[in-house]
Amino acid sequence: MLSLVIFLPLAAALILGAVPRMTGTVVRVAWVTVSAVDVALVVWLWIGYDAGEGIGHETDLQWIPSVDSGYHVGVDGLSLPLLALTAVLFLACAVYPAPEGGRFRVYAALFLFLESVSLGLFAALDLILFFVFFDLSIVGMYFVIAVWGHGERGRAALKFFLYTFLGSLALLVAFIGLFLAADPHTFDMVELSRQNPLARGGTTAGLVLLALGTGLAVKTPTVPFHTWLPPAHTDAPAAGSAILAGVLLKMGTYGFVRIAMPMLPDTWRRYAWIIVLVGLVSVLYGALVALAQENFKRMVAYTSVNHMGYIVLAVGAAGVLARGDAQARELAVTGAVTQMVSHGLITGGLFLIAGVLYDRRRTYEMGEYGGLAGQAPMLSGLTAVAAFASLGLPGFSGFIAEFQIFTGGLATATVATALAVLGILITAGLFLRAYQRIFLGTGDTAFADLTVAESAAIAPLLVMALIIGIFPRFLLDVIEPASRTVVELVAR
Amino acid sequence: MSALVWSLPAVPLVTGAALVSAGRRGDRAAPVAGVSAAALSLGLAIAAAFVRPSAMAPFIAGAPAGLAVDGLSAVMVVTVTAVTFAVLVYSVGEFGPEEARARFFGLMLLFAGSMLVTVTATTLPLLLMAWEVMGATSYALIGFWWREPRRVDAATTAFLTTRAGDLGLYIAAGAALAGTGTLVLDQLPQASSGWRHVIAAGVVVAALGKSAQLPFSFWLSRAMEGPSPVSALLHSATMVAAGAYLLLRLQPLLAATGWAGPLVAWAGAVTALVLGAIAIAQPDLKQLLAASTCAQIGFMVLAAGAAGVGGGVAHLVGHAATKSLLFLVAGVWLATLGAKDLERLRGAGHRLPRVGAAFTAGGLALAGLAPLSLWATKDAVLTSVWAEDSALYVVALVAALLSAVYSAKAITIVWRRSGDVEETSRDATETSGAVGGWRAAPLPVLAVIAAVLGVYAVPAVAEAFAELIGSPATEPAGWQLLLSAVLALAAVLGTITVVRRGVRLPSRAQVTLASWLGLERAAHLLLVRPAFALAHALARFDDRVVDRGVDIAADAVHKAARLADLRAEHPIDAVVGAVAGAFRGLGRLARRPQTGQLHAYYAQAAALFAVLAVILVLVR
Repeated sequence: MLSLVIFLPLAAALILGAVPRMTGTVVRVAWVTVSAVDVALVVWLWIGYDAGEGIGHETDLQWIPSVDSGYHVGVDGLSLPLLALTAVLFLACAVYPAPEGGRFRVYAALFLFLESVSLGLFAALDLILFFVFFDLSIVGMYFVIAVWGHGERGRAALKFFLYTFLGSLALLVAFIGLFLAADPHTFDMVELSRQNPLARGGTTAGLVLLALGTGLAVKTPTVPFHTWLPPAHTDAPAAGSAILAGVLLKMGTYGFVRIAMPMLPDTWRRYAWIIVLVGLVSVLYGALVALAQENFKRMVAYTSVNHMGYIVLAVGAAGVLARGDAQARELAVTGAVTQMVSHGLITGGLFLIAGVLYDRRRTYEMGEYGGLAGQAPMLSGLTAVAAFASLGLPGFSGFIAEFQIFTGGLATATVATALAVLGILITAGLFLRAYQRIFLGTGDTAFADLTVAESAAIAPLLVMALIIGIFPRFLLDVIEPASRTVVELVAR
Repeated sequence: MSALVWSLPAVPLVTGAALVSAGRRGDRAAPVAGVSAAALSLGLAIAAAFVRPSAMAPFIAGAPAGLAVDGLSAVMVVTVTAVTFAVLVYSVGEFGPEEARARFFGLMLLFAGSMLVTVTATTLPLLLMAWEVMGATSYALIGFWWREPRRVDAATTAFLTTRAGDLGLYIAAGAALAGTGTLVLDQLPQASSGWRHVIAAGVVVAALGKSAQLPFSFWLSRAMEGPSPVSALLHSATMVAAGAYLLLRLQPLLAATGWAGPLVAWAGAVTALVLGAIAIAQPDLKQLLAASTCAQIGFMVLAAGAAGVGGGVAHLVGHAATKSLLFLVAGVWLATLGAKDLERLRGAGHRLPRVGAAFTAGGLALAGLAPLSLWATKDAVLTSVWAEDSALYVVALVAALLSAVYSAKAITIVWRRSGDVEETSRDATETSGAVGGWRAAPLPVLAVIAAVLGVYAVPAVAEAFAELIGSPATEPAGWQLLLSAVLALAAVLGTITVVRRGVRLPSRAQVTLASWLGLERAAHLLLVRPAFALAHALARFDDRVVDRGVDIAADAVHKAARLADLRAEHPIDAVVGAVAGAFRGLGRLARRPQTGQLHAYYAQAAALFAVLAVILVLVR
């Protein structure tokens, strides 16, 4: 069942790739249908999953027995929300108009391939499987940027590829380190989490965490490994940016809660302060640099650094055991996972909106716009919602995430959290400023409002952010048991 | 009865959200929908005040979302919904069909609805949510006319300033969880001692920011850029009142810390004093009223700090009626006479006598004249201050005198006959000269309420009120009522004489006070500009150092590769080539003897044997 969810898009991608001479409409219908079916299947998985049971919908097959690596997939409260987010975002991209650059059939097939890869990564319970999906996501996104991007797309794509690929090599080193430390040797994540192979700590454990942390930090990205992100986003097509920010970045943060914290608890606790500090710097640095941007898409890209910083701060704070009870640490981890979902929905929406701007005027420079609210009320309305959601306005998912992160984090990492709170003030300032420059004031040149396809892609994302913001229980009921498990694993 | 307490805020919030999302299509239906939703909310609020419902729903782990209407909340919800209803009735006349009425009525309902959640929330997450949504809707309302940059700038200033304060509540929430293990408001005073101070500090900062107390006051001056009905609602029962409400609600927490009570009391008293002086210097009626709002909220904040909750709440209610009335009158004048400068409002009272009479009633109440509402409620506050600190009492009494002065100044000017009010409408939203029925309707009602709430001076009433909101009775002492009534009367009469003679403040004081002490400029210089400078410096650093470093590293790898190619690959290849060449040479040499001629092979064999024989002989 879970494997069907993972590989259905890949099967569709192969069919799309194999059958030549399909009209654009047929490709579009097929793409949207497959993505929609996958969303429905994920919903079915969600309904069939009992939050208390730990790992559900599990499949464990032998793959490379010589290194005890298997096709082991399953879902729990950490992965299920991200699977759902992935399916939803890919559906939004299927609905959203394709960029110029032709070869729509290949474009659709590539996105379906990426969807399978992303779903597979979040479902993977084996390090080698995780690594394979991790690298394939980089390959897929490279082609999305290099072929359908704009501006200096070749350079941006190459930078993205090499930088994140380097990160993945660090991950591989860490995975091998974990494999060798385990007794018996294994790449199975569940087994590794249970074994806690490097419990004695020491230099090896520190080095493994360093490699793991660096690899994940590049993908997340945190300061100072973030500079591939702005060019990649700026030059990627809108849907590519939405997937890059919404799904691919989460592979980094997901790795922290799925791999680093459960498998290296002692080392995680020892270096928790460094992780908190990296998170804090990302929060403030990302927000401040975003404030200085003139390019709307670059600005949103830097706010991603800020938003990912909250996650890193939270998972770091969950490792600080000296003060605060388990309740606060669980709240921080729950907030971190909520933030992954929330950021995916909201920033995905913002990047699609940036795509609309580019489609009409061929520029992201905020100075080139003004007074759009008069000509494009729908676009202005949705952007206002997305901007306020992104600056953490209550009523949207971002608040639920950040409130939990701050409230949980303050008990353990008091000073860092108190400083990180400033981030929401800076993002408020930058979003209001950007919104005023692009949409308010006077402007007389014509600007076409959202098409049906564009609003059908963007609006549902924001509606979901709103639903989570007001009725978060359905999401938190799934996440909370999993974050309790993570916190218990870290504390052992 | 949980349905009642949920539907109380849900009615305005859902209607408001629907109207805002409808956009221009909803313009026709908006006034009817808006006013009916406000009326329904008022009905629900009155019902809730009697039934006292409460409800709890799971929200985030360890922090459910709780709503309850207790005595204090009952007073608040009725005040909020009543003022909202009055202001929305007025707004029907204010916004013509060409305006975005659906957006306006929708936002006003969202604004009021979030205030209703704020005053009924029993847990911090829900309170903070409503608190922030209220700030965001205030942004959208102040910047309602979004084509004009100065209005949007004002909206941004308001949102960012209040949000800066709101950060305090985020920290307070974290400290509450650490200190009490829950986020229930009632539990906050029981927090363990270290965290209790953090909670109190966070709450105080957030409340002072929202209530535009010093040093945050400047945002309220800018907030005047919004439509008049927005000012009428924002300055009376919502937004600024939320800060005062929070401090009054959490008075036990302030008392439990030891320092927060006096700090808050002094902040309120100093704001009342300084902003009272600022109000006197304002040449613009709306700015005068805005400064007066800060000053009057200062009395409520003072009450919270001095444990005079009953008086503080009574003052909040009386002020809500008074100030909404005064702003609505200012709106009428702005729309019909096109003027908000006091100079240009000369004689406005004579032109529209009934409106002028309503203004006078509100103004006299604001002046603290007996037997009107604010006279009684303010003295209740002063009485509790007297019990705490006599220096504070003197400051507050002087502040009260100032309110008599600025109120009397405004009243005197609008009733002076000399000037002609021009009909130009520089800042008018519409130019119809007549005061429509919708606009006029709420004025007399609010005027009567502003007057009759003076019954609070009757001890039995004050006691009943204290019992209602569940706080110790703080009825004003008789001698204080008399003293302040006499002082206010003297100040009013003195001001009338002074204003009629045309006496002005010394020019330097006038300039400083009229600019609200330059607080906004100071905030720009000290906070906004450095933040932008830092942002730009970091952005340059990001491009030139961090990103450049990555590029340099990549280049270095590329260069190293080239170097390896030149310095290592070529020499190694040359060695390989040389070895191959040597073997080729050897091969060529080895081929030489292979002549294929038998005699040559014999000769070679003979020579070889000779050599072998020589070696054998030598070695043996």
